Amino acid sequence: MSLLKEPDYGTPAREGAATVELTIDGMAVTVPPGTSVMRAAAQAGAAVPKLCATDSLEAFGSCRLCVVEIDGARGTPASCTTPVAPGMVVRTQTERVGRLRRGIMELYISDHPLDCLTCSANGDCELQDMAGVTGLREVRYGSGVDAGANHLDAPKDTSNPYFDFDASKCIVCSRCVRACDEVQGTLALTIDGRGFDSTVAAGAGVPFMESDCVSCGACVQACPTATLQEKSVVELGMPTRSVLTTCAYCGVGCSFKAELRGDELVRMVPYKDGGANEGHSCVKGRFAFGYASHPDRVLAPMVRDSIADEWREVSWEDAIGFTARRLREIQAEHGTGSIGAITSSRTTNEEVYVVQKMVRAVFGNNNVDTCARVCHSPTGYGLKQTFGTSAGTQDFKSVANADVILVIGANPTDGHPVFASRMKRRLRQGAKLIVVDPRRIDLVRSPHIEAAHHLQLAPGTNVAVVNAFAHVVVTEELVDREFVADRCEGFAEWTEFIARPEHSPEAVEEITGVPAGELRAAARLYATGGNAAIYYGLGVTEHSQGSTMVMGMANLAMATGNIGRDGVGVNPLRGQNNVQGSCDMGSFPHELPGYRHVADDDVRGIYEHLWGVDLRDEPGLRIPNMFDAAVDGSFRALFVHGEDIAQSDPNTQHVHAALAALDLLVVQDLFVNETAKFAHVLLPGTSFLEKDGTFTNAERRINRVRPVMAPSTGKHEWQIICEISQAMGYPMHYESAAQIMDEIALTTPTFAGVSFAHLDKVGSVQWPCNEAAPDGTPIMHKDGFVRGKGRFVETVYVPTRERSTRKFPLILTTGRILTQYNVGAQTRRTANVAWHPEDLLELHPHDAEVRGIRDGDMVVLSSRVGRTTLRAVLSDRMPVGVCYTTFHHPVTGANVITTENSDWATNCPEYKVTAVQVALTPEQASIHEKPAERPVTATERART
Amino acid sequence: MSTTTVPPHVRLANDIAVQFHHHTPNRAATEIAEHIRSYWEKRMKEALLAHIDAGGAGLDELAVRAAKLLRP
Ligand code: SF4
Ligand code: SF4
Ligand code: SF4
Ligand code: FES
Repeated sequence: MSLLKEPDYGTPAREGAATVELTIDGMAVTVPPGTSVMRAAAQAGAAVPKLCATDSLEAFGSCRLCVVEIDGARGTPASCTTPVAPGMVVRTQTERVGRLRRGIMELYISDHPLDCLTCSANGDCELQDMAGVTGLREVRYGSGVDAGANHLDAPKDTSNPYFDFDASKCIVCSRCVRACDEVQGTLALTIDGRGFDSTVAAGAGVPFMESDCVSCGACVQACPTATLQEKSVVELGMPTRSVLTTCAYCGVGCSFKAELRGDELVRMVPYKDGGANEGHSCVKGRFAFGYASHPDRVLAPMVRDSIADEWREVSWEDAIGFTARRLREIQAEHGTGSIGAITSSRTTNEEVYVVQKMVRAVFGNNNVDTCARVCHSPTGYGLKQTFGTSAGTQDFKSVANADVILVIGANPTDGHPVFASRMKRRLRQGAKLIVVDPRRIDLVRSPHIEAAHHLQLAPGTNVAVVNAFAHVVVTEELVDREFVADRCEGFAEWTEFIARPEHSPEAVEEITGVPAGELRAAARLYATGGNAAIYYGLGVTEHSQGSTMVMGMANLAMATGNIGRDGVGVNPLRGQNNVQGSCDMGSFPHELPGYRHVADDDVRGIYEHLWGVDLRDEPGLRIPNMFDAAVDGSFRALFVHGEDIAQSDPNTQHVHAALAALDLLVVQDLFVNETAKFAHVLLPGTSFLEKDGTFTNAERRINRVRPVMAPSTGKHEWQIICEISQAMGYPMHYESAAQIMDEIALTTPTFAGVSFAHLDKVGSVQWPCNEAAPDGTPIMHKDGFVRGKGRFVETVYVPTRERSTRKFPLILTTGRILTQYNVGAQTRRTANVAWHPEDLLELHPHDAEVRGIRDGDMVVLSSRVGRTTLRAVLSDRMPVGVCYTTFHHPVTGANVITTENSDWATNCPEYKVTAVQVALTPEQASIHEKPAERPVTATERART
Repeated sequence: MSTTTVPPHVRLANDIAVQFHHHTPNRAATEIAEHIRSYWEKRMKEALLAHIDAGGAGLDELAVRAAKLLRP
């Protein structure tokens, strides 16, 4: 399509029925109460000139370009700040307002460099547009350099790797400041000075990169001029066409306009109609797409007989033939069950679906698992046991109606930034916040937000804490009796269990480290504070009791009636972009698409009939089981689709031993990743810019991923899977990705109403989408739970096997940061490294001092399974005895440290608890008299 | 720095069993068996049974009970 420019109505839409009727320029228009005259005029087709207003921000009324005449009103009110009233008669184009507007424009232009023709924003500048719209013909005060005092020599701030700030072009409309406040919630910008001297400043007059700015791009988006401009536009010029697509980084699933000039991608601009993001973005989706064209990308298939050999570039035909032949040979020698595949949460639903189909129909076993195994498999298990389906209960919008927000084991401002902005907006409006996390995450105290309670629990004691919450609810009679009686089962038994004194906050205080009084207060707030919503992340799931904890939270929500309506719910914040989708698409070894067990004859029957094969009714191997079976020799070949298991999975030595033991490892990826070092076949993958398909985000929203460019590898990934299947003797053929979705819809009741055509029409839908819910389902379990009655499950706290010892006295927990993504394969290949050049170990000053460690020192981090070296940064965000690191850089290999411990129900690894020791490296110790080798910068420290 | 030497099926069965200790032994055994039936691959179940046949060293008592229910 040509360049897509969404209409800008000037001020935000108001909710509610359109009941206010007025007349604008002789046209009747009806809008909801609270709408501005400006918006009503735009809706009526009589757009009013404006500069300081834009519909992502509340009206500010500073430029006065939008003046109108209103019958009976004095003077010429600003239409952006004037709300509509019944019967109002408005005139937007009169001689008087025309004169006023020209006068205002004249002032602006006189202090603006008149280099329109060479300006990077030429053609996309509202100041330029307004000069035209207002009919400005002359500038009496002189203009540009000829004018009197001006700002034309103001310096340019180019410190941000993605956008420039050219103060000489600033009209001080403060849209950027308000975008940073209202949309992003970082409050990094201010207007310094007054009147003529006022300027935009990042923090206390420091460059952007040294300010609190998180590079979300909201200010760039809001800026009407070229003042805040993407560097890529400066370099490449204004884009000329757009493709609507979906970000491939995190589980928020933001919609973007990929804007191109010819075939070159110039920028990614968040799409206002995107259901998940509504026009907002974060630094990753907005700016960090350069990896897609990075020279490191593998573009041709490669093969080798042994991992000691050099790679040989081969044709697709040879690579596919080799793969198929070796897979069949290995099965012939070692049995049907000796091969399997791992699907990826980075790929599309359609790609995942065909991989699991290949395993079940062509490999003839159920040895398919997904990388969600290592992140959110406990969500699947826990929510299915209690509610009946493996998905979050709400849409993201729901948080706007929450009164109490309980964040457990999640760090939304880093992990799910665009959702975090919504959450922060609600918190600034006064919703109460409870944070349960060993670490003082940013949310606990940020501009205009202060958590009512931060329960800084000892890592590994989540279940004890959630049980204590429930204990308070039950014993203090805070139960929603009516909800429980109508909607749930197992309550009496559960009450008897949870009311036992051993679950009281006082009894568990010693284990959890959470003061009983604080926990009681938090539980009361959750139960009685109005709509209470739980948001959680990997700090819940990646534990030996991850599944138990998910059920514990479900119990708590049911007991207090916080399920089944707007503003409440239990919501997993998914890690990767398509974690939800890869799980939905049947890539667990025990489940066919739509979470239906392989032992269910009827469900198997659907696929057996369609695919023309018999399917196995017993579960296959999970990822860790595959590794164990590889080490013991019964599992010999693995197809890894778009994941770097050698880096991302725990207990690296064990994973490496397993991979090295395989007869055949096939890796499909964009880059020669760590796993590929063990591979015999490397199939080049496509970036999200080349894919055609769908991703499903954490709110079950199915978004279209549209190809911005043709696959640079010559083939779509689903085509490759089909060709391997064919070569293995099974006919698998689709004309397009759309046809794969049609098969998904045909066989999966929750997807029955989904098709590319439907998505192209409505934008996106949240599953279930079928005859009963043709428009999808923003909020689940409204009138009843998916499983009928919500089920209370007794959640016994069982301490993890992983304990601190004399040898390993500290507990390590892991996480991630805003600018990097997962193993970093993508973000490390972008300018995002400016914010996070290496993984750091956060250590409490006390723990550091007793070890002689100073800020910035290199240290050895060791556990009972391995050791690695990284830089320490002292921080009191963690309690004494707990340290923290990220896992974005392969050189650190944080998973060298993590152990084989896993969630009892799903084998999701216990990444969040590892007993460790930290010591100065010998080199560091020897130079300790000198200053630390590389002091950690303020920017890095702020980002840890 | 070595990883544990407990065979994976024993470690995993014990991890499951300990979650059901609060139930009566019969109910616990049924739930553990059901869990293993629903989520374990065949060769892991076989390895567990073989381990029990070989004396069941290091295995949780409830896991042993549950395994009985898994036998054909
Ligand atoms: S990029 Fe985002 S965080 Fe940075 S100043 Fe602009 S709006 Fe604020
Ligand atoms: S930088 Fe742009 S948005 Fe901010 S005040 Fe200046 S012109 Fe307005
Ligand atoms: S919040 Fe997530 S989906 Fe949205 S732009 Fe950032 S990384 Fe992409
Ligand atoms: S647009 Fe209304 S005052 Fe600026």
